[in-house]
Amino acid sequence: MGLFDKQFESGGFIITKVDDVLNWARLSSLWPIGFGLACCAIEMMATMASNYDLDRFGVFPRPSPRQSDIMLVAGTVTFKMADRVRRLYEQMPEPRYVISMGSCANCGGPYWEHGYHVVKGVDRVVPVDVYVPGCPPRPEALIGGILKLQDKIRNESLMVPKALAD
Amino acid sequence: MTVQEIADAIVAKFGEDAIVEKKLDILQPALYLNPAKLVDICFFLRDTEPYYFDYLSCISGVDYGVKENMLGVVYHIASLPNDGFLLTLHVKIPRTTENGDLPSVPSVVSVWRAADWLERETYDLVGIKFENHPDLRRILCPDDWEGHPLRKDYEVQEYYHGIKVKY
Repeated sequence: MGLFDKQFESGGFIITKVDDVLNWARLSSLWPIGFGLACCAIEMMATMASNYDLDRFGVFPRPSPRQSDIMLVAGTVTFKMADRVRRLYEQMPEPRYVISMGSCANCGGPYWEHGYHVVKGVDRVVPVDVYVPGCPPRPEALIGGILKLQDKIRNESLMVPKALAD
Repeated sequence: MTVQEIADAIVAKFGEDAIVEKKLDILQPALYLNPAKLVDICFFLRDTEPYYFDYLSCISGVDYGVKENMLGVVYHIASLPNDGFLLTLHVKIPRTTENGDLPSVPSVVSVWRAADWLERETYDLVGIKFENHPDLRRILCPDDWEGHPLRKDYEVQEYYHGIKVKY
């Protein structure tokens, strides 16, 4: 048993806000739908593998949109793929988030001018929460993006819908 | 075996009008063929001893521009029994047709099965129709894409499924 358990073994308790507990639980298990579309996917896989080990942040790839919390768009989104991106996003349960990884997904990247087949930014298809720049971004940058998303979730309140709170 | 010999054999069998132009003193010698006789010549090159061009390496589409008003298809074929001896075949056709249809070239799928997807790609990107192709659909762009992107005068469409295309 660790030290943390010892402190509560005689019936100790914590006082906190429900929002904080819920947010802490949510941000500690962000399951992404693996969306490897190009070379960025290699960096994404490297980030998930043992050297960088995204699992320590609770990030664990899912093969189904139904089980996913975030969509990690890693790579070039073509117009042919755009329909699929949108459909898979719509199949994800709320609350859902999107991380756009790399220049192509952010703004079209090197295809911005002459790439007739590339969507100039995945934010034209689905709403994006965090943009990770780079071509491709290093694993540290992707981890940074996920930490940014955790910060965003930490300050959310799911208990009261925004329209009612005002 | 030289390209000149091959050209002579083609002319002997298919007549003077089978070969439009010969370019022999370049790195990859090329024969410009009459589109109407393309398939028969391809069968001949594939099945005749000692040529046996049994391997289709690549099919490319060429847009020679609005000024010249020509389109081209380039076939790179190889003969594996002759240590991969390479031959380049060209076909040139007018860029526009009278009734506005896409210009067309006979399909060589019946000669080399590998031509299937290569011709689909040429159709998709350069806009050349291949007659008697078993399944002439777009292969890279979405099915409902407008235009053929590698044409010199190609203008990309404004929107695709509600997504703005230009930057």
